[in-house]
Amino acid sequence: MKQDIFQAIADPTRRAILTLLTIQALTPNVMAEKFDMSRQAVSKHIKVLHECDLIKPEQSGREIYYHFNAKKLQELDNWIAQLRRNWETQFNQLDHLLTTIKEQTTK
Amino acid sequence: MNNDLLFDFNVDKTAKMVYITREFNAPQSLVWDAFTKAELLDQWVAPAPMRAKTKYMNFEVGGRRFYAMISPDGQERWSVQEFTSITPKTNFKMYNAFADKDENRELPGSEWDYNFSEQNGITKVNITIFNESLERLEKISEGFKIGFTMSLKNLEELLATLSEKQ
Repeated sequence: MKQDIFQAIADPTRRAILTLLTIQALTPNVMAEKFDMSRQAVSKHIKVLHECDLIKPEQSGREIYYHFNAKKLQELDNWIAQLRRNWETQFNQLDHLLTTIKEQTTK
Repeated sequence: MNNDLLFDFNVDKTAKMVYITREFNAPQSLVWDAFTKAELLDQWVAPAPMRAKTKYMNFEVGGRRFYAMISPDGQERWSVQEFTSITPKTNFKMYNAFADKDENRELPGSEWDYNFSEQNGITKVNITIFNESLERLEKISEGFKIGFTMSLKNLEELLATLSEKQ
């Protein structure tokens, strides 16, 4: 099952990792250092973020660097905007219906 | 659309909550009816060109509304709403889940809380949606023909095409 992106960004450590990666791509070891975390703990967070495409790995020599995938976050924003528009359309339709009913009852 | 009416829409990305506030230029009693009577709900709840069809609705605590959103090509997406709390004219809560045409629910669903209040002839409706998972929202998006994977590039191309046509 694909990782739930909301779940991924709900964790404050993962949000901090993402913020760090927007500045610079990092290896898991450096991430562990910066957060004073075990390599194991960091790997768990990386797995979650990677599974929902918020970060992408890139091989550079013998190291793997993780990059922030801005496009994914942008997709989330776009899609939230679309959700808002759906609600807006529904409510505009309700406005119209309410007006119609009010007009009918005053006749 | 009346531009003086309030419309607020917020998604709390970390707590999986959606908050909606909307004002309507109508008495509270009428707005309440629009949200709680099937024959009225079916008239506005599906954004055109989608249609809504309620198979049955028992608006009482423990009762359900079983309804479908129908896309222009005739595809039906069924949902079950189970009413968990009702305070007439001012509040109701329900648990919303997708279902198949035989009313078998696909859990988990989400919890919806509606509050109604009126001031100076304007009715304000506050809706809180809790635990709307991404999978559920993606399904809703599919229904409205907006794919989560629609890339920015596609969107740019689409917009460019639309402006050219005008």
